[in-house]
Parts: sequence; C-alpha cells; structure tokens
Amino acid sequence: MNFTLKIWRQKDAKSKGAFKEYKVENVSSDTSFLEMLDILNNDLVHKGEEPVAFDHDCREGICGMCSLHIDGHAHGPSQAVTTCQIYMRQFKDGATITVEPWRSAAFPVIKDLVVNRGAYDQILQAGGFVSVRTNSVPDGNAIPIPKADADESMDAAACVGCGACAATCKNGSAMLFVAARVSSLAKLPQGRVEGARRAKAMVAKMDELGFGNCTNTGACQAECPKQISIAHIARLNREFLCAKLED
Amino acid sequence: MGCFLTNSSLGRKLVMSISGCFLVLFILFHMSMNIAAIFSADAYNWICAMLGANWYALVGTAVLALGVLVHFAYAFWLTWQNRKARGNVRYAVTVTEKGVSWASKNMLLLGVIVILGLLLHLSHFWAKMQLVELLGHHENNLGLSPTDGAALIQYTFSQWYNVVLYLVWFAALWLHLTHGVWSMLQTVGWANDTWYPRLKCLSGIVATLIFAGFAVVVVWFYIQSVCPCCAAC
Repeated sequence: MNFTLKIWRQKDAKSKGAFKEYKVENVSSDTSFLEMLDILNNDLVHKGEEPVAFDHDCREGICGMCSLHIDGHAHGPSQAVTTCQIYMRQFKDGATITVEPWRSAAFPVIKDLVVNRGAYDQILQAGGFVSVRTNSVPDGNAIPIPKADADESMDAAACVGCGACAATCKNGSAMLFVAARVSSLAKLPQGRVEGARRAKAMVAKMDELGFGNCTNTGACQAECPKQISIAHIARLNREFLCAKLED
Repeated sequence: MGCFLTNSSLGRKLVMSISGCFLVLFILFHMSMNIAAIFSADAYNWICAMLGANWYALVGTAVLALGVLVHFAYAFWLTWQNRKARGNVRYAVTVTEKGVSWASKNMLLLGVIVILGLLLHLSHFWAKMQLVELLGHHENNLGLSPTDGAALIQYTFSQWYNVVLYLVWFAALWLHLTHGVWSMLQTVGWANDTWYPRLKCLSGIVATLIFAGFAVVVVWFYIQSVCPCCAAC
C-alpha cells in the first residue's frame, strides 16, 4: 500500500511548526501505524534527514504512551484502541493521512508529534491516591464491595492517562481523566475516606494548570481508547459540589 | 462559596446550570402565557395586567434580566477560558465525534442568536408596553394602548419578516435546549449511563414543546392577518 503523510514537524518547543509531506510506499496492509512511521523514519535516516519524533512504549494498547491525532481523531479512526493498535489496512490505498500532535495549551509540543503530558501527572500528585496503607489483596477482599460498585470502579480505573480526552475536547478540558481517577477511588471503601479532599484538590490543580471548562459535548468519551463514560464526570461533579457545600 | 462560584471551573459551570434552569422555567411560563392569546385577547391582556399591576413584577423583571446577564456573561467568560485552554495552534483536520451533537459544540453561537432575538423581541414588546407605562405615557408609537398586548401581537405577526425572524430565533433556542437541558442536569451530577438516553429524550421533549408553543402563536397570528376567515374556522 502507498500513502502520502502530512506530518507536523516542529524542531523544539520554542520553534514554529509546519506540516511536511512524505511518501511511504510498498507498506504491508498488516503494518501497524507506528511501524509505518518506523519505516518512514528508517528512510529519513538513510537520506540523512531528521526522523519524525513520536511517543510510544508498550505497543500493545496497554500503556497509553502513544498519542497522535490522525485524520481528525485522537488515536486514529478506530474506536476504543490506542494509536499502536491502528493498522494500515484501515486506510484506503493511496490515501493522504494527516498526523498532528495533541493540541492543548496544557500539553505543549516538545518536538514534532511529542507533547509534554506532565500536567496529568501533576493532577494525580494533587490527590489521585490513597494516603493510608491499605495492605495487600486478602485484606482488601475482607471488605465486601457490591459487584456494581467494583465494576464501575474498574471501568474508571481502565483510564491510561493518555491525554486523548483533553486533546479531543474543544475546550481543552481534562474532566474525563480527573473524573476517572476520582470515580475509581470513590467507589471503593479505601478511597472513599478521602473522597471530598481528593475531588477538591484534583479539580483545583486541573484549573491551575489551564485546562478548560467541560461543556458536556461527550467528544472525550467518543475518542477515549478505554471508553471511559462521561457518567464518571457526573460523579466528579457530585463529589466536588457535595464537598464544597460541606465546607 | 462566593469564591468557588467564580474561581473553580465546576463552580462556574454550576452557575451556568442554575441560571440556565431558571431561564428554562421562565420560558415555559412565557410560552404558556402566550398560548392564552390564541384563545382570548382579553385573557392575554388580563395576564399582562396581573403581571404588571404589582411592584414585584418590576422586581421579577430585574431578577430575570440578572439571570440572562449572568448566563450570558459566564458563557463568554467560560468560552474565553476554553479557547485559551485549547492553545494557539488549531487542528488542521477536525471531525464530529460519534454521538456528539452539533448544538453541543456551538452553544455560544446559538446563545448569541437567542440574545439577538431577545433584543428584537424587547424592542417589539417591552419597549412598546412596560417601557411606555414606566415613562407614564398612555399610547405607544403605534397608537396602541400599552396595556393591549394582544393587539401588539396581532400587529407584530402580521408582518412576514417578523414571523421569519422569530421562527429562526425559536429554532436556535430549540437547538440550544436540546443540549442545554440534559447538560444542566449532568453539571449538577444528576446523570448516569442508564439515564443519559432518558435525559436526552427529555431535553428533546422540553425543547420541542417550547419551540412548538412559541411558534404556534406566531404562525396563528400571521395566518389570521393574511386570511381572517381561515383562523376563524
């Protein structure tokens, strides 16, 4: 298969970026998107050009390290997968594919397609944890937890913190990420204790870092590779408003 | 508390939600009142007189105006922050994500159309009724009594361009409410996966009811003006 790639190239955080076109030819339909970029980079290195910088780690759809905004979609055109799980057979032969970095003021571009997602780590550090020692698994299981609560908590815990939600949101809001963290802990007894403090601290940090205000478009859940529901945002709203009213 | 309603993103959204809810309730009341004009001009004028005969009608108008101003000011404030959060460089390729409504992404645009329609509406009715009375006059510039709201409705909607402008206004309001109603419940946390389809359906019903309730009055008086016997039948 042959493709034309329109890739955002940017030397560093301070430089101005621009799109550059590249041709990739004779790519197998079973090549993954990231492998296709590897092939392109191999060609670029052989030609003595600077390879395209992009984030990746496990390449198994688990870690959330890969990013990329491909043809208008965070993590490409497929639903419920990360970029590393996108294959070239999903594109038409001869297609022009536009590849951009995450666009959000809180995720500044470091180089080409790599952005700094440290803002999410800072939000986690503000409250996305349980302060007390909860001991190992058998002790945890000693407390009966309703199946529905455990399921909801696990659904929220599936969030890999990749940043697709803030990158997709037209408001640059990180609400889905914060909601997933708050929700996964709030539904379990170990995390419940610090629920109010956590919601307030994480929302305050999210605001401080310059993420936008959620307007409930639902675009984040549509593009989330882990299909986190905006129902968790409703829970975050409840947790936060109740905590503030109790103050 | 005061700080949280201005300093926090969720607090600001709460203000949008509560003020929006207040405006929806007012609009539902206004719509019900308008429908009375179809059945009886006297009934409509009686409602207007009842609402205008007390000092609390003025207080009510002031509170209402404050509600609109708060909703409007916060909308611009939030949108300004959101544009800043999005960054200076925009995506070259954008798509409408699955299940995302056009209205939800264009609430400010729709709100601005609603406000422009509101200004037109105030110039058509408030300026020719309450303002005339406040100034102590007994006749507006159309030669009608400021207490004869029904005659003013008849006059305004006998002009086709007013009918078109009002219908565009109602359509913008319809789109605004299809997202706004369920969104205000989501913002206060009263939503979950089971309830989303129900809440979105409820939004559609409320928005359509409001659109139909307002539009029927406008269309009815236009038909009456071009064909008095059609309306009589």
